[in-house]
Amino acid sequence: MERIRSQFVALRDGQVETTVDDTEVGVGLHVVRAGSFGFAATVELDPDAAARLADDAAALAERSSAALGTPVEVAEEPAHGEVEWTSAYEVDPTAVSLADKVGVLEDWSRRLMASGSVDHVSARVLCVVEDKHYADLSGTVTTQRRVRIYPLVEAVAVDEASGSFESMRTLAPPVGRGWEYTAGRGWDWDAELDAVPTLLAEKVAAPSVEAGRYDLVIDPSNLWLTIHESVGHATELDRALGYEAAYAGTSFATFDQLGTLRYGSPVMHVVGDRTTPHGLASVGYDDEGVEAQSFDIVREGVLVGYQLDRRMAAENGLGRSNGCAFADSPLHVPMQRMANVSLQPALGPGPGPSTEELISGVDRGIYVVGDKSWSIDMQRYNFQFTGQRFFRIDHGRLAGQCKDVAYQAQTTEFWGSLEAVGGPGTYVLGGAFNCGKGQPGQVAPVSHGCPSALFRDINVLNARAEGAR
Amino acid sequence: MSPVTTRLAPPQEVVERALAVSRAEGCVVIVEELSEAEVRFANNTTTTNGVRRNRRVAVVSFRATGAGPGGPAMASASASGSGAVDVEELVRASEVEASGAERADDAMDLVEPAPGTPGHESFDQPPVLSSPGVLDGVVAGLGDAFARARTAGNQLAGFATHGVETTYLGMSTGLRLRHAQPAGTMELVARSADGARSVWAGAASSTFADIEVRDFEERLDRRLGWARRRIELPAGRYEVLLPPDATADLMVALSQALSGRDAEEGRSPFSAPGGGTKVGAPLCPLAFELRGDPAEPGLESSPFLVTAASGTNVSVFDNGLPIGRSGWIEQGRLARLQYHRAAAARSGTQPAPPVGNLTLALPGATASLDDMIATTERGLLLTCLWYIREVDPVTLLLTGLTRDGVYLVEHGEVVGAVNNFRFNESPIDVLARALEAGHSERALSREWGEWMNRTAMPPLRVADFNMSSVSPAT
Repeated sequence: MERIRSQFVALRDGQVETTVDDTEVGVGLHVVRAGSFGFAATVELDPDAAARLADDAAALAERSSAALGTPVEVAEEPAHGEVEWTSAYEVDPTAVSLADKVGVLEDWSRRLMASGSVDHVSARVLCVVEDKHYADLSGTVTTQRRVRIYPLVEAVAVDEASGSFESMRTLAPPVGRGWEYTAGRGWDWDAELDAVPTLLAEKVAAPSVEAGRYDLVIDPSNLWLTIHESVGHATELDRALGYEAAYAGTSFATFDQLGTLRYGSPVMHVVGDRTTPHGLASVGYDDEGVEAQSFDIVREGVLVGYQLDRRMAAENGLGRSNGCAFADSPLHVPMQRMANVSLQPALGPGPGPSTEELISGVDRGIYVVGDKSWSIDMQRYNFQFTGQRFFRIDHGRLAGQCKDVAYQAQTTEFWGSLEAVGGPGTYVLGGAFNCGKGQPGQVAPVSHGCPSALFRDINVLNARAEGAR
Repeated sequence: MSPVTTRLAPPQEVVERALAVSRAEGCVVIVEELSEAEVRFANNTTTTNGVRRNRRVAVVSFRATGAGPGGPAMASASASGSGAVDVEELVRASEVEASGAERADDAMDLVEPAPGTPGHESFDQPPVLSSPGVLDGVVAGLGDAFARARTAGNQLAGFATHGVETTYLGMSTGLRLRHAQPAGTMELVARSADGARSVWAGAASSTFADIEVRDFEERLDRRLGWARRRIELPAGRYEVLLPPDATADLMVALSQALSGRDAEEGRSPFSAPGGGTKVGAPLCPLAFELRGDPAEPGLESSPFLVTAASGTNVSVFDNGLPIGRSGWIEQGRLARLQYHRAAAARSGTQPAPPVGNLTLALPGATASLDDMIATTERGLLLTCLWYIREVDPVTLLLTGLTRDGVYLVEHGEVVGAVNNFRFNESPIDVLARALEAGHSERALSREWGEWMNRTAMPPLRVADFNMSSVSPAT
């Protein structure tokens, strides 16, 4: 049983364009019967409606068993009794008035529009509070609250004469925090808003990149998304086993390669974690009653683990689930969704390389900052990413911006070219509110932490040239 | 499968109750009743299935804020909820937010009742439910299909869903409208046991009466047969044949870039150098029509606007506004962009809200995809496109992948399956470089079909399609 409160406010050039204040309430019931799953859900919350759901779900499971190949089993999980869990936040963002939300976005918009280099500003904030109550027949009863927020500001510069334009947006990631995030708790908004107009003006005047192969120093504000697509999704066991073949896709990281697949260089260490403070996928217990855990996915460059739900764990003899089941709505069936999948920074002794030290080791390269466009194939081999800001690296030093950069690679070649990761001082938790998977489609929030990292000899395209006729 | 039953109050009562307790200068109430059934399957077995009923209620309150510079000065705010919501609580929440809201940029007089407004006469009718057993034929067919796939050494995966959304719109102006929108899709993927060959077939259907699992199997068997011969080709520019489903993948993306305001502000691929928009400018040598029309046969969609939130091209003030035919591209020229009423008034043009369907057609075109294969000297036949994302908003350059079937056509025959590619292309350029189009038919965009599955598209022959790199995915 769940209540999800979602609020969205968007301003365009300082004027309110969109406001949404939505509350979703409902109950879903999942059964295993006759070796098959059955799920039924309703928006009615009285006991009679719940009882009818049980009948509907059981009947559905029985009818579906006719088209069943293998009977369903689920992995064992200890009963946790009655437990409560709340994510770390200070101010419930849904309790903040619309006028106050608009006030913050207006202020941010005004500050950017005051610059002569900015023609248009879009500012928006999305806030979500999930209250979820879960109970199963083993005796686990959880009551949990998760709070998250995603403010974003984008500035646009228009060259009316040519009909062209450029944009640049803030790098502040979505986080598992409350309204205090907009006041500077966890992010320096003042510094970023002050910097954007100048950075945008530099980008407008910057030369278009020359396509070719470059060494890349990738900032956490960009690398989180590459991790998400090329590691996070590729190591979901349901995908690797073909259960997403018709929609999200499968994975090159097939189950038979567990423990042997050379995913990347030896400095690559990736962890799945549902306990990360302020992580968007952090939770006390998942939607199958499994306690949140931390687990290795890639260790010293080798695939050593997958993200699991109870069905996947049982089906493949992996023992206990590592707690990655999630449903984005009380009306949707829980499925395996992504943990906070994070690339670990350089471990001691010492603080590890700073971003500047990574840049200093590059003769001809590009420092990539902020995410923008992303795309990867259905087995997670071939990807292409762009970004918000690109700085040329010339003999170990930044040498101004360039633009129209897209980097393209095959997953294991890319991670194999990882030469160095930055130290803990470069580590930032990025993420997304809207990771899509499943049919009917579900969206899940997820964070990815990573340090700055140095990749050698990566293929860089000129996006303008790619579109040239 | 039978739909979940509910004992919620009739939606019309919810509408009238909300309007009765409203204290605002204007009020819009939207009740959406949804009933759905679905079955999902993979690895030759059903994996999940479900039925659900949902109700969503949205209330928009409007507050006068004094005299405005060029029209009514109003503020608005909305609140929405699902299920057995406390309607009065929802009304009060929207009123509280409206009381603190500023003058709305999109303010206009609310729409008044008018004789003959489509949807008025059916307001008193109950919600339409997804038919009991609508997917029973699919579930039964799948059992047999799984058995045949096991025998052939293949793996089937896919998804079938059907639902009906009945929308009730009530307004303080007295307007009462109702629209029932059925929608359904079926997708089936077949993969060889070694994963080397993978093919897809999909279809959209309002009733599922026209969906037969056996038909899907036959389409897949034909393509699996083509894939017995494997041909490796490098990245480069190729002549391609886009089936209607793949055309839909690109045209739906194009339709999302039709904002008039964005174009006027210089931040759209349809912004003209020197200012203004490209409306009236030629886009392509072939006389394509790209249109939305609520009355399009087989693709019927809501004939009036319903929205709980404003956006760049839609406005809560326009709820109830009749939606007619909009020709976005006519005779190969950009003919119209999307505006809500307030933006249209400022721009001196006609309102043109988004429409719930999309048709691309070349008048007079009669060829089928098979006809076009037969007249191809050398080219790539695609199946569908996937993971499409915008790379450059100035040109609407998109990137994405070919998926589940690329085939080499030589001398009018399919001669084998080719590796997948990453493409970098703009749908605007695709229309400009289209050499030939066939007749339009119902299509299902693999990429966008979950929210836009009412499309009719032609097969296209496109020159110099930019396959930027090879994808080893199969």
